[in-house]
Amino acid sequence: MQQLILASSTIVIGVFGCVAYFFASNLILDRIYPASGPNIGRNINSANAIRPWLFLFPALALLAVYLVYPVFVSIYLSVMDKNGEVFVGFDNFAWLLQDGKFQESMKNNLLWLVFVPAVATFFGLMAAALTDRIRWGNIAKALIFMPMAISFVGAAVIWKFIYDFRGEGREEIGILNAIWESFGGTAQTWLTLEPANSFLLMAVLVWIQTGFAMVILSAALRGIPEETIEAAILDGASPFQIFLKIKVPQIWGTILVVWTTITITVLKVFDIVLTMTNGQWGTQVLANLMFDWMFRGNDTGRASTSALIIMLMVTPIMIWNIRNARKEMR
Amino acid sequence: MENIVGTKSRLVWAVNLGAALMVVLWTLPTFGLLVSSFRDRDQITTSGWWKSLFPSEASTMYRAEGASAQVQEGALYVIAGNVFEGSNAGQVDSFGISSKDTAAFKVGETADLGDGVQLTVAADGGFRITSPVAFEGDRGQRVFVSSVTPPRFTVENYGRVMFAEGLGRAFMNTMTVTIPATIIPILIAAFAAYALAWMEFPGRALIVAAVVGLLVVPLQLALIPLLKLHNDLGIGKQYLGVWLAHTGFGLPMAIYLLRNYMVGLPREIIESARVDGATDFQIFLKIILPLSFPALASFAIFQFLWTWNDLLVAAVFLGNNEDQLVMTSLLRNLMGSRGGEWEILATSAFVTIAVPLVVFFAMQKYLVRGLLAGSVK
Repeated sequence: MQQLILASSTIVIGVFGCVAYFFASNLILDRIYPASGPNIGRNINSANAIRPWLFLFPALALLAVYLVYPVFVSIYLSVMDKNGEVFVGFDNFAWLLQDGKFQESMKNNLLWLVFVPAVATFFGLMAAALTDRIRWGNIAKALIFMPMAISFVGAAVIWKFIYDFRGEGREEIGILNAIWESFGGTAQTWLTLEPANSFLLMAVLVWIQTGFAMVILSAALRGIPEETIEAAILDGASPFQIFLKIKVPQIWGTILVVWTTITITVLKVFDIVLTMTNGQWGTQVLANLMFDWMFRGNDTGRASTSALIIMLMVTPIMIWNIRNARKEMR
Repeated sequence: MENIVGTKSRLVWAVNLGAALMVVLWTLPTFGLLVSSFRDRDQITTSGWWKSLFPSEASTMYRAEGASAQVQEGALYVIAGNVFEGSNAGQVDSFGISSKDTAAFKVGETADLGDGVQLTVAADGGFRITSPVAFEGDRGQRVFVSSVTPPRFTVENYGRVMFAEGLGRAFMNTMTVTIPATIIPILIAAFAAYALAWMEFPGRALIVAAVVGLLVVPLQLALIPLLKLHNDLGIGKQYLGVWLAHTGFGLPMAIYLLRNYMVGLPREIIESARVDGATDFQIFLKIILPLSFPALASFAIFQFLWTWNDLLVAAVFLGNNEDQLVMTSLLRNLMGSRGGEWEILATSAFVTIAVPLVVFFAMQKYLVRGLLAGSVK
């Protein structure tokens, strides 16, 4: 209870503080450069030059401290030893490259990168195409979209239950094993079964991300000009042809956006692996490797190096995004 | 247009069926956990949750007690008891006295065991073995029972996880993290977004590009440097640190979403307000903020879901003690320590995802809008 009071008072102080800052700083600016008197023209110009920075200052300060500063510190730490005290050059990088766990993580990350965005986008496109044509489409959309609201840890529990294994002589309570047995297979400890287990973890993320892909792609599909579709119908195109040859090419840009957005999520995937296998049985990924070295290995050098590798992998997408955004601004 | 294509009724069927299949596949995992959270431990570990929705049939063997349990009633010696041994359950359908024919008798019938010994079994499982002469020997009579158990659910698990497992406390901690971490960034981002959308100054395009770039910076990169910084400042492992971290990490998305929305607001409104002598501060508070409500709501939902569901930031910036453990961390701990106790895990998981689900279904419209504004650009 006491904590909630603390939290609410923080909100009040925070909100009030923000408003007070903006209000006071604007007021002071207007006092220093009053929009009256002999220098009115120059004053207004000076005030207008400074005011944007007053508006921007808190945001820029936080961004600088929480996102820009860490990039540089990480680069610094990556060339230092485990306590960040002795300069070791590229030892950490060299060590990573020959480390078995790192190679495994890289391999898995690449697998995730290929599999998850492709499958999630494909299912999302399918869901969008299907739900746009039925009466209960909105309900269907909401239900497919629902996993987006579930935390990765919650999703991990949900799926671990699906993959559950009881063992011989006992009734299987995991639905995957139950189905597997009903088709004549013997129950498996799925999460320790290489290399299938990595794909079973990916299934969790696909399950979460499909709704996202569906929502975006559905909006794009509805934005397609009707004339193109009408023309195709008049020319006798079948529904499948219309979908594949008329609709999909027109939303190609959106598909790409969905793909890259999911790719970024995939690169940071962490909770699912941590809670379901903790990187054992050949399922390690970079983000979890970094977490391991940070907390279990207590080695800031190697942890920072792993994080930098993730950053490097994200960078091409980052540049592409910035380019697109700049095009848009012009 | 749709109906021209849709006149092929087989296609309509296929589409409906396909959509139904996807919906089932996407809801089934969550549904299974929900059902399991209402079953007790024995039920969860002995049968799949999908069976719990229907009455279950079971065949069991029960061995009655031996001669020591007999009671004399008039001329008869009686051994009585219940084949379910008090574990509430079900309706006996038929019974038998030999493993060769376990359903030889219907409920209410009398089985003759020879020498005048008779056995009756009632629907509720109660049985009586009567004999004109005293029973001898320690080995009791075997009774084979086929019974039907109706679906049966309990809410006990919820009480247990909330109080005994500390989830109630963790719920409070999560609220403590989430609420300020959702509200504070909105205001800061709104001011910045206004400046980036409607004020002219050198370097504006550069800042917008930087914000877009920062959108994808992986959190992992920020953890170690910031934890060091927080420790140096003395706010490591404190709520203040988590609030600041969530605010910082949420800002790029907030600024990006809000700026995109504000740029689209009609220029005339803002310019006429300027002409009327309104200051930027007034324009922002009285015109932009109210008009941007949909975008603010979108971001608020994003940030709420993100902070509520977050494990990484809380794990790094908060301690592992009772008054700082958030629900996701607790759930993770439970998965380690209570790996096989699905009644606890299922119920805890459900408590943690209940609030986001409610928010999701109540405000889906804004979430979708936010996604569209944040991605299709």
